[in-house]
Amino acid sequence: MSDTMASDVDAPSESRPKGTLAAPPPVAAAAPGNAYGAERRLRMETRKLNFWYGTKQALYDISLKIPEKSVTALIGPSGCGKSTYLRCLNRMNDIIPDTRVDGEVLLDGRDIYAAGMDVVDLRRQVGMVFQKSNPFPKSILENVAYGLKVNHMARGSELRDRVEKALKQAAIWDEVKDRLNTSALGLSGGQQQRLCIARAIAVEPEVILMDEPASALDPIATGKVEELIYELKRDYTIVIVTHNMQQAARVSESTAFFMLGRLVEHDRTDKIFTNPGQKITEDYITGRFG
Amino acid sequence: MRSTRGRKVLSNVVVALCGGAVLVALVPLFFVFFYVVQQGFSSLNWDFFTKMPKPVGEKGGGMANSIVGTLILIAIAGAIAIPVGIVAGVYLSEYGKRKFASLVRFTADILNGVPSIVVGIFAYSLAVLPVKHFSALAGGLALAFMMIPIITRTTEELLNLVPGTLREGSLALGATRARAAFSVMVPAALPGIMTGILVALARIAGETAPLLFTAFNNRFFSTSLGQPISSLPVQVYTYAISPYEDWHRQAWAGALVLVAVVFVFSVLARLVTRRLERMHRA
Repeated sequence: MSDTMASDVDAPSESRPKGTLAAPPPVAAAAPGNAYGAERRLRMETRKLNFWYGTKQALYDISLKIPEKSVTALIGPSGCGKSTYLRCLNRMNDIIPDTRVDGEVLLDGRDIYAAGMDVVDLRRQVGMVFQKSNPFPKSILENVAYGLKVNHMARGSELRDRVEKALKQAAIWDEVKDRLNTSALGLSGGQQQRLCIARAIAVEPEVILMDEPASALDPIATGKVEELIYELKRDYTIVIVTHNMQQAARVSESTAFFMLGRLVEHDRTDKIFTNPGQKITEDYITGRFG
Repeated sequence: MRSTRGRKVLSNVVVALCGGAVLVALVPLFFVFFYVVQQGFSSLNWDFFTKMPKPVGEKGGGMANSIVGTLILIAIAGAIAIPVGIVAGVYLSEYGKRKFASLVRFTADILNGVPSIVVGIFAYSLAVLPVKHFSALAGGLALAFMMIPIITRTTEELLNLVPGTLREGSLALGATRARAAFSVMVPAALPGIMTGILVALARIAGETAPLLFTAFNNRFFSTSLGQPISSLPVQVYTYAISPYEDWHRQAWAGALVLVAVVFVFSVLARLVTRRLERMHRA
């Protein structure tokens, strides 16, 4: 299945700890910051989440609390497992052969890896925006309507209304309202990414996972996407992977720092960036490695 | 280290070899085309398309029954092979790592290489022997067996070229695996798949061997699927091995029409691909 391989190349390579440091980092087993979120109403939570690609372990005992209606940023050097972790939250890793999960991933208290969980239903509740914008080779309208159609959520004029609402929420309506029936591939990179966000929110998920959503965009388009994320957190719970430290600082309320498949610490973003609990976090944030 | 001069000479030699290879490939094609047009054109007239074959000795007549017969056979073959081929291709691309899938892929490759006469014998034992008479359906089936592996493998290869991120995008919206394949992946690969289908149609339009003992031939005008049916390749073959000068001329005309049909399919493949691709772009 070489097409899936092509698509999955990112994730496995991302998760393969390449060892950016000469010596293994001094990672505390239970860093103090991991308790973050205890006082908030949680939307998602992972408990001792472990993940393997074949025999290669990519995630070690990740326990993380994701409060509702907030932006949680995941940062860390390439290959630290943050994308892998993100993809565990909507079971997107299921389609990669030879992978194994252990531990709990809770969505509103329910374990999404439990036997009775319908993965299709889960993915409607936990939407995803990818690193590279991936609009379908269809019209703008059909792109946003896609999720509504496959989930039998709306049809006819209601479908059209919900598409409009999603496009407005994604702040792209004014740019596309006159060309809804033209191909989505005719949009600029930044517009395509906001269309993908519109597509994700059209099905009204509870959580939106974003895997470096702005890494392929120019600064202006990035700014628009960031503004959008900031707006969206009023209604949605957002988990965003980013390599851009300033971005994490700008959009997120809490930041989790990953390193070699482990969660080093998770705390309020301002605290992580001004007074991190771990030396290694400070080294990474100040650019001493990474 | 080789001198610059030496490298340039070597480069020119390689370019010359490439040019030579192109000539070797194109010259026979050109001559075949030229000869068929030259021989066939003089015998081609309106009657050829509208009239039935005349008995030996009588001048004129045409191959109306064979032309219609060929179109019917192509239609039957397409109706069977296109859906089967596409679905099989989707299976290979989406679930290609399983044991059964590699078996299917291997079988398709073998089937692609099986001599067409053997395919004919297979269709004969499957669709002619049980009912004890030749039929258009049996001929279409034989041609479909030849088309299926081509369409299957092209579909698979083209689906593999579609970025997997599209599938993930679809799954992330709550689509099932099959839904993602047929509503996103296949449409994205459609231009190429269409080309594959048309190439397969062009390939089987000129096949003679699989039809010899399946569709057989019919001297009369027939559109019945249960009856033997005439086809251009078989009619050309029959006329070409006959001892009659008149029939030879008709055979040349038939060959020309056949080449034209294949040509039309190829041009169509080009046009459709370009059209669909443009639609996908913007």
